[in-house]
Amino acid sequence: MRLQTGPSQNWFGPVFHEFAHMAQARYWQWEKWCTMEKIEASITSAGGFTGRRMAKDKLFRYLMTFGGLSVIIAISTIFFYLASVVAPLFMPSHMDELKPLEVSAADQVSVHLAMEEQVEIGARFASQGGVTFFSLADGKRLLQEQVGLPKSVMASSFAAGDLRKRTMAYGLANGSLVLFKDDYKVTFTQNPENPQKDIRSIAPGLVYPLGTDALVLDDAGKALKRLAIQHDGDGTTAVALTQDNRLLLGYYTSESDFTGESVTTTRAALHELPKLDGGVDQILLEIKQRDLYVLHGGRFISHFDVQDKDDPVLKQTVAVVPEGERVTAMALLSGGFSIIVGTDKGNLTQWFQVHDASNVNILTRIRDFKSMAAPISYLAPEHARKGFLAGDTKGGVNLYYATSERLLVEADTGGAAVRMASFAPRANAIVLETDKGEIQAAHIENEYPEVSFGALWGKVWYESYEKPDYLWQSAAANSDFEPKFSIAPLTFGTLKAAFYAMMVAVPLAVLGAIFAAYFMSPKMRSVVKPSIEIMEALPTVILGFLAGLWLAPFVDNNLAGTLMTLLFLPFSFVITAYLWHRLPRRLTDRVGPGWEAALLLPVIVLVMWLAVSLGHPIEVAFFGGDMPRWMSNELGWAYEQRNSLVVGIAMGFAVIPTIFSIAEDAVFSVPKHLSSGSLALGATPWQTLFYVVLLTASPGIFSAIMVGMGRAVGETMIVLMATGNTAVMDLSIFTGFRTLSANIGVEMPEAAVGSTHYLLLFLSALVLFAFTFFVNTLAELVRQRLREKYSSI
Amino acid sequence: MRKWINSGEPWIWMTAGAVALSLVAVYAVVWMTAVQGMGHWWPKPLVETTVKVQDGTIQRLVGELRDKEEISLSRLRDSGYQIESDDKFTHRYLFKQGNRDIYGVDFKWIPAPLLSEFTYPKDMISIERHEWGSFFGRLKSVKENGNVVAEGDAAWPELLVRLERANRLFDEILRIEKNDIGKINYQLERLRLHQRKLELKDALTKEAREEIALERQIYEEQFAKLQQRLDELREQNRRDSLTAEVQDGQLIEIPFSKIADVIQPNNMGVFQKIAHYLKKLYEFIVDDPREANTEGGIFPAIFGTVTMVLLMSVMVTPLGIMAAVYMREYAKQGLMIRIIRISVNNLAGVPSIVYGVFGLGFFVYFLGGNIDALFFPEASPAPVFGSPGILWSALTLALLTLPVVIVATEEGLSRVPRTIREGSLALGATKAETLWRTVLPIASPAMMTGLILAVARAAGEVAPLMLVGVVKLAPSLPLDGNFPFLHLEQKFMHLGFHIYDVGFQSPNVEAARPLVYATSLLLVIIIVVLNLFAIRLRNRMREKMRGLEGV
Repeated sequence: MRLQTGPSQNWFGPVFHEFAHMAQARYWQWEKWCTMEKIEASITSAGGFTGRRMAKDKLFRYLMTFGGLSVIIAISTIFFYLASVVAPLFMPSHMDELKPLEVSAADQVSVHLAMEEQVEIGARFASQGGVTFFSLADGKRLLQEQVGLPKSVMASSFAAGDLRKRTMAYGLANGSLVLFKDDYKVTFTQNPENPQKDIRSIAPGLVYPLGTDALVLDDAGKALKRLAIQHDGDGTTAVALTQDNRLLLGYYTSESDFTGESVTTTRAALHELPKLDGGVDQILLEIKQRDLYVLHGGRFISHFDVQDKDDPVLKQTVAVVPEGERVTAMALLSGGFSIIVGTDKGNLTQWFQVHDASNVNILTRIRDFKSMAAPISYLAPEHARKGFLAGDTKGGVNLYYATSERLLVEADTGGAAVRMASFAPRANAIVLETDKGEIQAAHIENEYPEVSFGALWGKVWYESYEKPDYLWQSAAANSDFEPKFSIAPLTFGTLKAAFYAMMVAVPLAVLGAIFAAYFMSPKMRSVVKPSIEIMEALPTVILGFLAGLWLAPFVDNNLAGTLMTLLFLPFSFVITAYLWHRLPRRLTDRVGPGWEAALLLPVIVLVMWLAVSLGHPIEVAFFGGDMPRWMSNELGWAYEQRNSLVVGIAMGFAVIPTIFSIAEDAVFSVPKHLSSGSLALGATPWQTLFYVVLLTASPGIFSAIMVGMGRAVGETMIVLMATGNTAVMDLSIFTGFRTLSANIGVEMPEAAVGSTHYLLLFLSALVLFAFTFFVNTLAELVRQRLREKYSSI
Repeated sequence: MRKWINSGEPWIWMTAGAVALSLVAVYAVVWMTAVQGMGHWWPKPLVETTVKVQDGTIQRLVGELRDKEEISLSRLRDSGYQIESDDKFTHRYLFKQGNRDIYGVDFKWIPAPLLSEFTYPKDMISIERHEWGSFFGRLKSVKENGNVVAEGDAAWPELLVRLERANRLFDEILRIEKNDIGKINYQLERLRLHQRKLELKDALTKEAREEIALERQIYEEQFAKLQQRLDELREQNRRDSLTAEVQDGQLIEIPFSKIADVIQPNNMGVFQKIAHYLKKLYEFIVDDPREANTEGGIFPAIFGTVTMVLLMSVMVTPLGIMAAVYMREYAKQGLMIRIIRISVNNLAGVPSIVYGVFGLGFFVYFLGGNIDALFFPEASPAPVFGSPGILWSALTLALLTLPVVIVATEEGLSRVPRTIREGSLALGATKAETLWRTVLPIASPAMMTGLILAVARAAGEVAPLMLVGVVKLAPSLPLDGNFPFLHLEQKFMHLGFHIYDVGFQSPNVEAARPLVYATSLLLVIIIVVLNLFAIRLRNRMREKMRGLEGV
């Protein structure tokens, strides 16, 4: 910097000059010094200040990377968590090796085995009333008891009633019987070492619900050769075959006195049942004491209706195996509805009564199970589910499940025939005795036997149904109920809902997107796009509410009008277009291109109003004034108020914006030079759109439809509120359905954690997840490809 | 004509029609909700008329006219009405006859031909009761301790005076029951848990036991005092009653303690009606629900929704912004970013009910169950965090709305011009500093947009909440005066679920319908306003960015 000195130098000029020079030099020096200082400072603190900044930078990077990865973590956690919950459904059932227990040999032959609920104690009932309670861990005898039989009377038969009620009875040589139960008293005492876990101790014993006195069945005093009993609070039924081959049915009622201590039992009915061909092999009495099944002649089952104890009726006799084969074992499944029959050829079949066309119950063969290698020697049902165990004479032990027709576990005793067997109450263990008198026990892991591919997706013949069917009925009021877990009707409902929703949404959304992206004037666009965003944001619960409580009754009352609206709307557009075309140009030119949609708004309102007001007169003229009723009467079409039409409209509404935005984006971002080129070559706007723009954007539109489909499949609230939620399978637009998602919403809060039902609901969620994952991934890949393509054009 | 068809013009109009139809649908839904929802609080006139019932007798009918529709006569005949007419169609009216305690049903569809002329007597009163819904009838007398104090025309002014006193007493009773006794119960429960905790630790010494007993005694004394006060107030409130004549001539006595409000709807001027409307609107916002949610207000639902949404925002915002920043600023273009994009899209596409199932299994049973076992053994077997609650709902919805925040933030980041980043870097700022000081502040409206959209989504989402924490009636608010004030484990009420529950699970759908519309309207307003705000914010940012780009 040079100081200017003027031409007229005055006296102080040189002085000033000198001074200015000095100042300048000083300044330079100072500046240099400052810079040095700064550099020095930054050098000395390189490990501190800059390092901290760098560390911060790094930390920031890690933090953000974590944020990015968290998305992947989230989606995979959802998947793996759902999968891990569902996985046990598909694990094979497992049974430990059958372990022999050294229960000290009794002097009497065993007639029955039982276990208590915690699988700690087993019980063996011997032919003359001796009961041995033993530890299931090591076979050690815990208690030896004797059922109180009358003095000097021998027991001649044994019967076990409902396993869950644990009632049993000995039939005696004098024609009477003694009813008893095994009982396990559980007590908790405080654990001095760990106050959080009390010590559990179980004390076994016997109780006599009808007192210790024997009940007389045969007045002639003949020994009871075979016996069946059932007992509940109302009464006790006993059926027995006497020594002289009479079949007797006795019914006892009991009253306890006011102290509740002693019970007086009276025989309210006694009947001799008709003689049956061949010898009676086995008697089964259903737990509700209404049906009696007698196996006789080796291959016949006679069914008696014993609901009225004063008038037992022989309903039918059915040959359950062909001639030459013999039934060797028979058992009632829990609930008392199904009979399992095992034969000397190792075949196993399930039978139950089925209503036929003339309203008569007929014992019908329902399904066969995988045969065993040797004659069936024993059948033991589970206490609360439809599973059973079959043992054969070569020591084979198989666990089956009736509903799902599954063979769950195959095991063997080591060669000795199975003489008898029993499940633990929770079906988590079995105990059996071989014909060598050896007792064996094993734990079972078998939580989800109801599930098989066939049971989930195929038709299953459930108890008390007339034919195999797809059914979903999870509600279990009691454990006699056979849960019906067919996913098929739910999946069908889901697809049906999605189909009708897409029928509404795809044309509207795709066509609308084309117009919005290609023809619409920018000014109108700035109104339409936010409107569509609002449409997307409207909560589905409100759409569902309006659909269920407003639209459904409205459609019901104006069916003809609604259908006509759907039919007339497209025509009205074309007619309006033609009229507009015929209008003088100077009028139409005032409304620039791109405003067609606005012009159509009043047309739509008008058409709807017209169709609805014409609807009722038309219903009067053609449909007797009530179209839904006319359809169900004349055409046989079922009509429900909350039907697929209503859902289609409501869910279509919810899906339109999803498809619209993606499709609009795809059409809009088609490079402009493509369409300009086409137009320049003389193509009309429509030709350009159809042959150039749409062709280029079609993958984007496809991906839009895919995403919309994903949304329709998973939508919950609308279907929950706008359909009747009945799991039926038909395609009719006038009936409802139940979707997977609605089913989850309804049943999840009530499902017991860890139950088959709970896991199946998780499976539904996983199926929905997998489906939408597939669809969305596909859509995203298509869009990524498309984006690359656009950027390369 | 042919030429016109070939030009493709009809097709263009078809596409235009699709847009128009969508627009009609959106505005119809919003309009429907608005019209139906806003009418809820307007006092409706009481109609007096007669109706011919099945056996031919004529009965008097008093009620509000709620709806009217055209219906085919054959349908009416099917449902057992005997109507002589040659028309195929007629009208039927929906009457609210109220007095549910007397007649069992309070809503009735009645075909028009069975009705006589409508009159609107001025002296009809409509009583809003704390139980049993509305009461319609003619006021006969006002009583004090069973003795008539006013009759005829004098009864109405007397009633208003005494009602004010009754309502004051009622409010005080309510306050004691809810706040004071609630507080004591909370403290007693806390003491019980404290004692159990010490027991489990085997640290329940004699001193501790005495201390707890002492404290318990204090609370019990307080409780006894309050109970006594309550009894006094109730006794006072039992003093007055009124008698009124209902449609079939019965005289009904109603104690003032059961009355919330009384009006003479046929005798009200427009301004009175507006005042009444505003009062009811206010009560709707600030009151608790009554009568299985079919009457009263929706305050707990609003409060629950807001609390849950706030909790959710705290969780979703940082995570969403981090993910977006990573995707836009750090990740290299390639496989990784593609996978992340696919994940984001899938998070957005997974059905909301699946989130609910996941939340129930993973958050509630797995996480919550473990938290209970570790930190709250004293509460066992009652779950604390091991049952659905507001924290788990907020977490589940945070997961659900994560993509919303990510997508909006990413869009904002992508619009920040390169020049700004490069300028900052060139001046020696590290990447973190550049992001923190320049890029993120510029993109903050976008984050705001994302957050608002997420909030709107969460406010309307119902399906997952049904599984992870929403209930039809929560006994207490998730935020209250008892330490630690915010009760994360509590169940809560939610506007969206309220609509579903009241509209579809309620035993008296007709009675609940206006309230459901009103709730829907509130929800729609919240969501539309939030969305419009977000759209505006986004558009303004886009414009601003376009301005920056030019620099």
